[in-house]
Amino acid sequence: MLVEEIKKEAAAVQVPKYTAKDFQSDQDVRWCPGCGDYSILAQTQRVMPDLGIPRHNMVFISGIGCSSRFPYYMDTYGFHSIHGRATAIASGLKMARPDLTVWVVTGDGDGMSIGGNHFIHLLRRNVDVKVMLFNNQIYGLTKGQYSPTSELGKVTKSTPYGSIDYPFNPASLALGASATFVARTMDRDPKHLQAVLKKAAEHKGTSFVEIYQNCNVFNDGAFFHFTEKDTKDDNVVFLEHGKPLIFGKEHDKGIRLNGFTPEVVSLKDGKYSVNDLLVHNEKDTYLSFILADMTFHTDVPRPFGVFLAVERPAYEAEMTRQIEFAKQKRGEGDMNKLLNSGETWVID
Amino acid sequence: MKKSTKNVSDVTIRFAGDSGDGMQLTGTQFTNTTAILGNDLSTLPDYPAEIRAPQGTLFGVSGFQVHFGSTEINTPGDTCDVLVAMNAAALKVNLGSLVDRGAIIVNTEGFSDRNLKLAGYASSPLADGSLSKYQVFEVDITKLTQLALADSNLSSKFIDRSKNFFALGLMYWMYNRPMEPTIKWINSKFASKPDIRDANLKVMQAGWSYGETTEMFSVRYEVAPAKLAPGRYRNITGNQATAWGLMAAAKKAKMDLFLGSYPITPASDILHELSMYKNFGVKTFQAEDEIAGITSAIGASFGGALAVTTTSGPGVALKTEALGLAVMVELPLIVVNVQRGGPSTGLPTKTEQADLLQALYGRNGEAPIPIVAACTPSDCFEAVFEAARIALKYMTPVFCLTDGYLGNGSEPWLIPNFDRLQDISPKLRTDPNGFMPYLRDEKTLARPYAIPGTPGLEHRIGGLEKQHLTGNVNYEPQNHEFMVKIRAEKVERIANDIPLAKVEGDQKGEMLLVGWGGTYGAIKTAAINLRSKGFNVSHLHLKHLNPMPKNVGEILYNFRQILVPELNLGQLVKVLRSKYLVPAIGLNKIQGQPFKSTEIENKVEEMMKGKS
Repeated sequence: MLVEEIKKEAAAVQVPKYTAKDFQSDQDVRWCPGCGDYSILAQTQRVMPDLGIPRHNMVFISGIGCSSRFPYYMDTYGFHSIHGRATAIASGLKMARPDLTVWVVTGDGDGMSIGGNHFIHLLRRNVDVKVMLFNNQIYGLTKGQYSPTSELGKVTKSTPYGSIDYPFNPASLALGASATFVARTMDRDPKHLQAVLKKAAEHKGTSFVEIYQNCNVFNDGAFFHFTEKDTKDDNVVFLEHGKPLIFGKEHDKGIRLNGFTPEVVSLKDGKYSVNDLLVHNEKDTYLSFILADMTFHTDVPRPFGVFLAVERPAYEAEMTRQIEFAKQKRGEGDMNKLLNSGETWVID
Repeated sequence: MKKSTKNVSDVTIRFAGDSGDGMQLTGTQFTNTTAILGNDLSTLPDYPAEIRAPQGTLFGVSGFQVHFGSTEINTPGDTCDVLVAMNAAALKVNLGSLVDRGAIIVNTEGFSDRNLKLAGYASSPLADGSLSKYQVFEVDITKLTQLALADSNLSSKFIDRSKNFFALGLMYWMYNRPMEPTIKWINSKFASKPDIRDANLKVMQAGWSYGETTEMFSVRYEVAPAKLAPGRYRNITGNQATAWGLMAAAKKAKMDLFLGSYPITPASDILHELSMYKNFGVKTFQAEDEIAGITSAIGASFGGALAVTTTSGPGVALKTEALGLAVMVELPLIVVNVQRGGPSTGLPTKTEQADLLQALYGRNGEAPIPIVAACTPSDCFEAVFEAARIALKYMTPVFCLTDGYLGNGSEPWLIPNFDRLQDISPKLRTDPNGFMPYLRDEKTLARPYAIPGTPGLEHRIGGLEKQHLTGNVNYEPQNHEFMVKIRAEKVERIANDIPLAKVEGDQKGEMLLVGWGGTYGAIKTAAINLRSKGFNVSHLHLKHLNPMPKNVGEILYNFRQILVPELNLGQLVKVLRSKYLVPAIGLNKIQGQPFKSTEIENKVEEMMKGKS
């Protein structure tokens, strides 16, 4: 059967009513007990049935690292590739087969370090690929070296005197690379994680989702500040499109812009009201940079949610458009005509 | 004055000038016109890595050599009969390749004091008698060009740039070639710039008329058409043939062609060529680096495209890890290496054959990859088509080795009938019954090609060792050894599916010359010349280097001596010695230049005289 025929048949198949179980493969999951990856896998499997896409049209592609074992556990097409290159493989697949839904699973080492180059180029091209970056701020599979997102001063096996590498903020990096969809969520908030993944799936173009993920073996509690019940409310602000930035256990604090600088204000002392607060607009690229930059500032809460979701033509769609244009203009290519084109001569 | 015409069987002309002088264009135009006249020919573009090196310098000299004749032409010529030197540096760099009594046409304007100094001449070679053994024709091309364009409105910069057309017109006159093909080309190339179009046409005509009227040239030469096999011909470069071969393969595979590539000399022209044919459904992707070039192609292959990456040696070095992945996941992939001088950045614009062992062994682990090598510019079409056939049938990455000499060189090509090329479409798996990702075909040992989108065949592949049949991750000792062996055997079995090697000359005898790749023409010419001198010399040229044809050992054992000429320190010779335990000897040249056939002839004569 030809590729074209398979594509046609695949599109004609009526999408069954899936449950999360339909996306579980027959392979035993081999992450460490207590790893944040389990939650991410479970939420992904829960979201997939809602997308209305047949399983055989989904492909999960990963690189190398703990997170990159992910495709083995999804009962879709999958490709566990080599370190850092999942984004490039996914780009090629999506260009060849725009009809497929392509997800990339990567980590802070795989995506930000060895795969940093492919990562930024994927984003600027806006290939319609969904990227989940499991950020645990450590190298897990190689047993505990610092990563490009580890904080300054971090003591690890390869930094006994503390890390002197200034970390990447993946959201800012993605925005700097002209991403059209940038979001952050966490393993320990299943509802938020599901909601963000769904939004990422619906976006046309590259979706980038940074997921804070706890590595309970080599970097336990790195994000507890943001994920645990007693500290979360005061340290996290959830971004919602069209809504003011409010946070705090009592919903009594907000973020307002002082010039270009976000600052925390109290909604209790009568000085400021909700009307003074910054209202999130995920279509505003300027604002997205400011919000993402709040990440490493300790005087403001850390933002989670969708930083930016804007429209720009997807790369593979433009590629298809050029091909259709050329076919229309020059006619479907004819190999015999081409071989005999230009200057030729006959010898009798 | 009355001009006489002399018939000659073959001529080699070398155009040389500054890298901005348009010598490649001049050479290409002369070549195309000559091809249309029915001469056989072979070309050697020889240009510096710098785009516009400082004017007048030795390292900025760009040359284009074309050898054409009424007989079979297999090389661009060991020496040249005519040297067109646009300046002193061009003369100095190229004089060594001119035959005694050869003709030099110099642009006198290029021999100013400054030019002489830049070229390192203490005195002008035009005046000091050092060129007395040649026929020197001094022509003030620059001034004659300016005169021809006296009434044009072009700036002096543009006027100066068209002087190569004067040289071209003069050579067309001298070798009795029509100007029409170039006139046609100029008309279409400069259609939107009528000033420049008219200037170039005028200057070329001026060059022709100069030959016709000046007393300096009393003889014109006639080179009759060659007796080539009947049929329709075109001129083609190796890189163009590679691009077209890939397109033909995709059509015959009933797949879309996907090229993931990063610009690199001397392979970029394949990317340029393929990016023009979007109406053939060709998808070209200029990736962010060599690694993304190959990995995007692997992704496309997974999706059911005929996937290719094109590059040169340094690019292959970067693709190494991904090549191993392609071996492990057993997906079809074509890797074209247009070899150049190495190591490292090496000699980007010069040719070499030093990547054979890289293609054979340059990966971690036991990672066998089939290798096909092209032997002439037009053979790149067949070689890359064959690489595609093997890749799809055996579910494997395949190397197609060409080189800078083949890629940029050109020759007349008997145009193949596309309809007669074989169907190479893969059998895509669709039946979920009994499907296992690593269940192998009994004959070829290929695993099934199951592309995403096929209901019921959802499966996972990856770089970790696979369990036989299921493809699940598996670290068991016996399984690993089994899988390593079966991957090796799969590649070995391709030997059952390729033509037996053919010897040119006696099938048994004194001396066998064994070559591969772009040395074909030089070795063939050497063998023919040696045989005409009475030496018993045969020639075996390998197109399949991994696996080799099944009869190679048998052939080797039929000869008393084996000489392996290669543009490296001895790579094929190593393989032959270790595989067949024969006392083969290497003849090695690593100068960024192709072999001269005389270099091979001299070595053979030395060996055969020494033994007899």
